[in-house]
Amino acid sequence: MVFVTISFADTLYITLEKDNALAVVDGESGKLIKTVPLGQRPRGLAFSKDQALLYVAASDDDTIQILDVASLNIVGELPSGEDPELFRIHPNGQWLYVSNEDDNIVTVIDLQSKEAITEIAVGVEPEGIAVSHDGKWVVNTSETTNMVHWIDPADQTVKENTLVDPRPRAAEFSVDGQLLFVTSEIAGSLSRIDVLTKQVLSKLHFKIAGVDKELIQPVGVLAHPNNKTLFVALGPANRVAVVDIKTMAVTKYLLVGQRVWNLAFSPDLKRLYTTNGVSNDISIIDVESLKVTKSVRVGRYPWGIAVKAE
Amino acid sequence: MVKEYIEEMKNIALTKYLVLCVYCLMVIFSSHAFASNINVNMAFLTEKMPVPPALSNLDPILRDEGIQGAILGVKDNNTTGQFTGHHYDLKHIEVPVGDDVVVAFEKLLNDGYQYIIADVQASTLKKLSLLARANKALLFNVSSGSDELRNASCDANTFHMIPSDAMRADALAQLMLKKRWKNWFLVKGKDAKDHNFTQAIKRSAKRFGIKLVEEKTWNFDHDARRTAQAEIPVFTQGANYDVLVVADVKGLFGEYLTMNTWLPRPIIGTQGLVPRAWHRTHERWGAVQMQNRFYKQVGRWMNDVDYSSWLAVRVVGEAVTRAKSINSGEVKNFMLSDKFSLAGFKGVKLTFRDWNHQLRQPVLLATPRSIVSVLPHKEFLHPRTYLDTLGYDKPESNCELLKK
Repeated sequence: MVFVTISFADTLYITLEKDNALAVVDGESGKLIKTVPLGQRPRGLAFSKDQALLYVAASDDDTIQILDVASLNIVGELPSGEDPELFRIHPNGQWLYVSNEDDNIVTVIDLQSKEAITEIAVGVEPEGIAVSHDGKWVVNTSETTNMVHWIDPADQTVKENTLVDPRPRAAEFSVDGQLLFVTSEIAGSLSRIDVLTKQVLSKLHFKIAGVDKELIQPVGVLAHPNNKTLFVALGPANRVAVVDIKTMAVTKYLLVGQRVWNLAFSPDLKRLYTTNGVSNDISIIDVESLKVTKSVRVGRYPWGIAVKAE
Repeated sequence: MVKEYIEEMKNIALTKYLVLCVYCLMVIFSSHAFASNINVNMAFLTEKMPVPPALSNLDPILRDEGIQGAILGVKDNNTTGQFTGHHYDLKHIEVPVGDDVVVAFEKLLNDGYQYIIADVQASTLKKLSLLARANKALLFNVSSGSDELRNASCDANTFHMIPSDAMRADALAQLMLKKRWKNWFLVKGKDAKDHNFTQAIKRSAKRFGIKLVEEKTWNFDHDARRTAQAEIPVFTQGANYDVLVVADVKGLFGEYLTMNTWLPRPIIGTQGLVPRAWHRTHERWGAVQMQNRFYKQVGRWMNDVDYSSWLAVRVVGEAVTRAKSINSGEVKNFMLSDKFSLAGFKGVKLTFRDWNHQLRQPVLLATPRSIVSVLPHKEFLHPRTYLDTLGYDKPESNCELLKK
């Protein structure tokens, strides 16, 4: 019996905050393939440019671990500084930007030499990092200062600061690089910022009938490459908002697992995956029909997710 | 005589920080012309109280309660300030036992201080409130849970950062209701604060349909550490009940109740399971970072007054940044507007109740080494926000602020 499918197979790599492990899941079937032990409290993760290596922030070990994707063996580590949580890799494949919450700095690590090349002073409790697709801007959000800090990678200094709503978490550039979206967890809002002027153009305050507004806490945000749609994880509201980029209006709320943190697409953009911290599972969403098709138990406190085409 | 004093260590820490800030500014804005620095001067007033007899030597007596939270808040504000052009300064005044706090407060007002954080007793705060209003200064209460201050004695320029006794008692009652532990045995001390907490407990019991099956006053004035095993079983014998509620704010006997009651029952109230604004075991919603930053600075864990003081400084910082003004009237208006919200590591935004200026916030229910629950639970419904199921709600409050 042979099936021919047009979708690409993909593998999901999910950090389990409480299990100190990495869950490896087949994206199409949603089957948990295996669980690999990691350092303490693993959170953010990302592939190297060639996808041969996987970097994982082990927050409580104050390090970023390097895994060989083929063998899933730990092959090294990066000097991340204290309590690394979220990080991003510059499109040049060479610089990794990581926020150090306790020290109010962003550390830049050279992936070739595996050395920290500079530290950039930012606001209190730096959190989210995003890099524009053209590599011209790296932004960092600070949770207590409530700002977006615009870092110019050319000289690794902060050039501008944009004040946003309380407790900014994640940031995401639009595919065309003209807009930056920032979620504010405590304010329950999404800011749409003009990259050219660094000004907030508009804000969306999420409202869900029957859900207390205090529970609507936007965290992870993901832009669809069609440059029309944005997906926003709403934390303890247990929903993912589908947002129209142009109108900044919610077109649909999708009910997922509890305390939804982060989001990722399958490489063919057919599926959207969410990590749900409290219900200990991931939800799989069919992107075309915008329906939640499956939830898969992966381990305790799933947090970050990275997807690789097979 | 009022002793004016800023602890040298703090001073050094603060100065060091300022130097660092200037450095940051130079580094970050080397290529940018920036708005000149605007100074925001804040003051912290501590009324020293006689030290109560210690139950044990386990917990050191804190000499820097509150002020350390404020110092951390100023650091955080100044990190933000380097991007907004604001600079925050903090002056600490400590009034020794027996000296007149009002004199110290008046001096601060004369020196032009518009933002004053007060760690003083309830009766003092009442006096300061009148002066604050008359001088258009904003006064932040960081330590008194007195319900009177939020009701009959509320004042237009006074803001309560710490949860009221009523909020804390309601948090306990809500969890007990959820557990269906609805028959309470109340043991209270003789202190005025014990009386206030008892009143709050009784109000909550009535509010949530809980029955006080027995009420007893702890009249013993000896040190019970050798005799607790003999006395407490006898003292608690009699009625059947689900939990024993203790009102012993100073901690003179409450710790001895655990495991010594006649019936095997849990202890809640001022000892056992306690309602707190902050607790060292709190780690959710980014609280770990706060705990670490405070511990690094002070070398001990943050407590309720430290946390409330941090909040007070952050309230001013947040309002000044967003209202783009240091005028106390404009800052106050912003604090009470629906645009204001503060992140305080409790998973929800913190805002002010416009009817009595109490900061809305969840209450932590903690045992010495764990957080049992964070109240209110969202199942306690309220037309405005579930946070308003704790403490005096708008229709219940006899504070006349909105009418004044």
